[in-house]
Amino acid sequence: MSESLEKLKLAERLVGRGKVSRRQFVQLALAAGFTAAAGEVMFAKAARAEPKRGGSAKFGLAHGATTDTIDPAGYPDTGTQIPFSGSMSNCLTEVDIAGNVKPDLAESFAPGDDASTWVFKLRKGSTFHNGKNVTPEDVIASFQYHMGEGSKSAAKSLLGDIAEIKADGPETVVFNLKAPSADFPYVASEYHMVIMPAKDGKADWQSGVRTGPYVYGEYEPGVRAHLTRNPNYHKEGMPYFDDVEFLTIADVTARTAALTAGTVHWIGRADLKTLNLLKRNPNINIVEVTGYGHYTLPMRVTEAPFDNVDVRTALKYALNRQDIVDKIFLGHAKPGNDNPIAQGVKFAIDPEPKHTYDPDKAKFHLKKAGMENLKVNLSVADAAFNGAVDAGVLYQQHAKAAGIDINVVREPNDGYWDNVWLKKPWCASYWSGRPTCDWMFSTAYAAGAAWNETNWSNPRFNELLAQGRSETDDKKRAAIYAEMQQLHHDDGGGMVIVFNNYVEATSKKIAHGPIAGNWEGDGLKLAERWWFA
Amino acid sequence: MNPVLRTILQRLGLGIATLFVVSIIISLTIEMLPGDFARAVLGQSATPETVAAFQREIGLDRSPVVRYFNWISGVLRGDFGESYASAGSLAGHRRLVAEMIGPRLLNTLFLAGAAALIAVPLSLFLGFMAALYRNSFFDRAVNVVSLTSISSPEFFLAYILIMFLAVKFPIFVSLASITPNMPFLDRLHAIALPTLTLVLVIVAHMMRMTRAAIINLLASPYIEMSRLKGARPMQVILRHALPNAWAPIANVIALNLAYLVVGVVVVEVVFTYPGIGQLMVDAVSKRDLPVVQGCALVFAGTYILLNLLADIVTIVSNPRLLHPR
Repeated sequence: MSESLEKLKLAERLVGRGKVSRRQFVQLALAAGFTAAAGEVMFAKAARAEPKRGGSAKFGLAHGATTDTIDPAGYPDTGTQIPFSGSMSNCLTEVDIAGNVKPDLAESFAPGDDASTWVFKLRKGSTFHNGKNVTPEDVIASFQYHMGEGSKSAAKSLLGDIAEIKADGPETVVFNLKAPSADFPYVASEYHMVIMPAKDGKADWQSGVRTGPYVYGEYEPGVRAHLTRNPNYHKEGMPYFDDVEFLTIADVTARTAALTAGTVHWIGRADLKTLNLLKRNPNINIVEVTGYGHYTLPMRVTEAPFDNVDVRTALKYALNRQDIVDKIFLGHAKPGNDNPIAQGVKFAIDPEPKHTYDPDKAKFHLKKAGMENLKVNLSVADAAFNGAVDAGVLYQQHAKAAGIDINVVREPNDGYWDNVWLKKPWCASYWSGRPTCDWMFSTAYAAGAAWNETNWSNPRFNELLAQGRSETDDKKRAAIYAEMQQLHHDDGGGMVIVFNNYVEATSKKIAHGPIAGNWEGDGLKLAERWWFA
Repeated sequence: MNPVLRTILQRLGLGIATLFVVSIIISLTIEMLPGDFARAVLGQSATPETVAAFQREIGLDRSPVVRYFNWISGVLRGDFGESYASAGSLAGHRRLVAEMIGPRLLNTLFLAGAAALIAVPLSLFLGFMAALYRNSFFDRAVNVVSLTSISSPEFFLAYILIMFLAVKFPIFVSLASITPNMPFLDRLHAIALPTLTLVLVIVAHMMRMTRAAIINLLASPYIEMSRLKGARPMQVILRHALPNAWAPIANVIALNLAYLVVGVVVVEVVFTYPGIGQLMVDAVSKRDLPVVQGCALVFAGTYILLNLLADIVTIVSNPRLLHPR
C-alpha cells in the first residue's frame, strides 16, 4: 500500500472523532489518486460510519447460571465471558479481526534470545477502575492465580509451560518458559488471563476492580449484570455506550421475542430454524461469522477397529458433511476437512485430498483394511453440540452406502463430558477452537495432552510440534504447520465434521465494524467495539 | 384441649418428621447423581488436578454420612450452608444458600401471590356460576375455554401471550426481569404475562372442582328442602351448599398454590423470571448440592404447610370432624 493511501485509511478512521476536517480529508484523497468528488463521497461515508458516544445497551446472552461468579478461574460460557472478561477486563494482548495478536494492556511485546523468554512492556498510564496504576506485580499475581498447586482454574493447563514470571523495572514483565513457545502472546490474550490488581501479592478478583471498558456495577448471577462506562479507558474514544446490561435469556424463543420487542439490542445464538423469519423483520440485522469452533467425532486410535488407519479413512469418506451442514445446521456452518485449524488462523491450509462423501473410496479403504463391512458404535448426545444426535443418525444413513453399519448410541446429556468423552471409543465432541496451530494441536492432538481425545500419538507430528514452537521464522513455521495439518488430515483420529458459524442478531439501532470470529459476540468484545448508530 | 389446636400440633409434628425423611431422601438421591460440581463447572476443561483441588475445597472428599450430618445439624441451627460456587472465597464473598434462596423465594412468592389473587376468586366465581347455570351456554363456554388452557403446555400459552401482548401489540414486556429496587407498579407490569399464563393454567382445575363439589351437593335432600322453602338459587348455593363444599375446594386450592410455588420453572424460563425453580434447576445441573438441598427442603415445607392449611379448613368447615366422637 502506498504511503498516501495508508494516510487516507488512517484519516478515514479519525474523521468521525472530529480530528480530520473535510478539506484535509479530500486533500489526502487527491494525493492518493482519487478525484475530489470521490473524496467527498468517502468523507461522507467515513463520517457516518464513525462511532458515536452514548446510550444504554442491553444484550441478551444465551448462557448464565446461578453458580457463576466474577472469578476468572471459571468463566464457563458467554454468560460470564462477555460481561466480565470482554467488557470489564483486559489481557496483556488481544486478537484482532484478522486473527493477529496485538498489544492491549501491554504496550509492546517481544521474544528474548529465543521464544522461551517473552518480554511484555506495560502501557504507560493505564489504570485500574479504582485509579491504581497497572504494575508488573499485578500482572504476576494475575497469572500466578491460575497456576500452581491447588489452582481450580480452567486455564491452569494453558500456563503449564511458564517457569517463572518476574518484574524488570516498573513497566516490564518477563516470562521465562520451560520450552520455547513462539505463540505465547496468544496465550496471554485468552479470556481467563485478565489482569487483576494485586493485594498482598495475590490477585484480588473479589473486588471486581479491573482495567476494562466498563466498571463493575450490579450482578445477580444467572440473571443480569450491569456495568457502567469507564471514563479513563486506555483505548482512545472507547467504549461508546454509557452503560451496558447483560441479561441471561436461556430460552431461545424468549431471546428472539426480547429482541423483536426491542427489550434487548443484541442476542447471542439466534434460532437457526426461525432465522429466515427473523431476517424479514425490518428492524433486525443478522450477524454471522465462521469462527474457530468446530464439531468433531474423535476416534480413539488405540482401540479396535480405529487403530487401523484405513478404517479411519473409510469412515472419513463415508460421511456426507455437506448434507450435515444443509440439514442439521441449515447452512450455518462450513463443512470440515479433518483439519481442526480454522481457515482464519495463521498458517492454516486446506489439506488434499479433500474428504468429501465418496462411498466407493470408503469401500476401497475398508477392503484395504481387510474388511467387507464394518459395524461400529457411535456415542452421541446433544451435550456435545446441538444436533449431535441428528448428525449421528444422518451419518448412519450416509455410511450404509459404503457397507458400514453405524450403531448410534444415544448417551445422556448429563455427565456427558465425564462418562462418555475420552472414555467411549467413538463419540461426538466440540472445540471452541484456538487462535494458533500450536495451541490447538498441543491441547487436543499432542501425545500425552490431557484432552487428547483421539489418543493419537504420531512421532513425526510431535517432533514437528516441538520444532514449530521454537521456530520464530514465519516461512519455516508455515512449512512445519502445513505438514502437521496434512499429517492429522491423513492419519489422525479426529474427524472434523463442520466449523460452526456464530449466528447472532442485533437491532438496527446498533452499529459495528467487521466482526471478529475468534469467539462469540465479536470476540467477546461487543460492548467495547459497538455503538448506537 | 381444643381439637383444632390438637390437630394442628399433631400435623406440625408429623410435618417436621416428614421433612426429616425428605432431607434423607434428597441427600441419598444427590449422592446417586453422576458427575460432580467441579466437572460440571469446568466441563471439557476439567483436569484431574483441578477437579481434586475443587473437591478438597468444597469438602467432597469426606464421606456422605459425615456431610449429611454436618448439613442437617447446620439446618437445625438455621444455617443452610454455603454454595459450592463460592468455595474458597474470602469472607464477604461467600454465597450462603439462605442468601441465595431468600430473594428468589420472595420473587416466586410475589409471582405466585399475584397469580393466586386473580386465579382463586376467579375460579371460585366461575365455578359457582357454572354450577348455578349448569349445562347452559355459559357453563359450556367456561368449561371449553378453561379446559383448553389447561390442556395446552405452559410454554405454549406463554409464547402465544408473548406473541400477541408483547410483540404484535406491545402492551406488556416479554422479559419479566425485575430488580430489587424496582417500584411496585413497574414490578406488576413486568410480571403481567407470567401471571396471566399461570392464571390460565390453574383456573380450570379449581373451577372444575368447585363446580363438581357444588353440583354434587345440589342433589342432596337438604338442598331440595331449602329450594322447597323458597330460597333463591344464589342463596341456596352460598348459604347451604358452599359450607359443605369447602373441604374439596380447599384441598384443590392448596394443591394449586403449592404448584405455583414449586412447579413454575417452565414459566420462569420462558419469561426469564428470577424465581426459585430456575435456581434449583441451575443448581442441579451444576451439582451445587447445598443449594439443591436447600431448595428441596423449601419445596417440601411449602407442600406440608399448604396441606396443613387445607386440612384445617376442612376440619373447621365440617362440624362432624370438629367434634369427633
